[in-house]
Amino acid sequence: MNSLIRWNRPDLATWPGFGRLTDLRDEIDRLFESPLAELVRTSQILSGWTPALDLYEDKDNFVVKAELPGMKREDIEVSLHEGSLSISGERKSEERHDDAEAYRTERFFGRFQRTVTLPTAVAADKVKAAYKDGVLTVTLPKTEEAKPKQIEVNVN
Amino acid sequence: MNTTVQKEARPAQDRATRQEYLLPDVNIFETKDGYVLEAEMPGVSKDGLEVTLEGNEITIVGHRLTEVTSGELLFRERRLADYRRVFELDPAVDTTKVSAKMEQGVLTLTLPKSERVKPRKIAVD
Repeated sequence: MNSLIRWNRPDLATWPGFGRLTDLRDEIDRLFESPLAELVRTSQILSGWTPALDLYEDKDNFVVKAELPGMKREDIEVSLHEGSLSISGERKSEERHDDAEAYRTERFFGRFQRTVTLPTAVAADKVKAAYKDGVLTVTLPKTEEAKPKQIEVNVN
Repeated sequence: MNTTVQKEARPAQDRATRQEYLLPDVNIFETKDGYVLEAEMPGVSKDGLEVTLEGNEITIVGHRLTEVTSGELLFRERRLADYRRVFELDPAVDTTKVSAKMEQGVLTLTLPKSERVKPRKIAVD
């Protein structure tokens, strides 16, 4: 039971990583389900915020999707440098909770940066980014040279 | 009830199947007026959200609308299951005044305490 009823544990309650560690059984379940993705998540306790990210490729585009819940559009930076896409930004903690007592602090606030090296060249001037429901979608069209081509060979 | 796996009996199938849920990350604060619960559910819009109050339990479920993804997956870290988490409420919460807000994948629940339990100053004659 995740209780909203006060439960004092004075020595640990203020440590930000505490909430996640209490879910030890869930963590173990998760490790069996998806080892790599969860290692990324559990390692956040030490390294900060590492938003989860997917990369898709189709004939014309690369599509990167990153989970960035609760951000402001202006706090997300997307840049492309020598075939690497960087997504960075900062999620600011809301000050209205300053006088409040925190029971669970599993959400991460602060800076993050993720960089993905794209397998082929993309048209930098045609990159589009959209942010909806806390998911950032970056669409990167491939350059004409990088697109797969069908070569017809005539057999005589 | 920190459970990510929920058993559901489905008569259409021979065996009971396990529906897998993700556990949303939450922050919970208490102020003098009540509680604020923030849950991260990226990929869930207002329409995919179900908040159920039953007795002194509040259940949060976030259904992802099917994302349009085309092409081949080169790299995956995201898990696209639905979210679910159950919390027991402090009896001081006035369940008729719970309000919810969904913004960029973050659900904010405001759970005010009922007037009778709020701290009051008693004037001494």
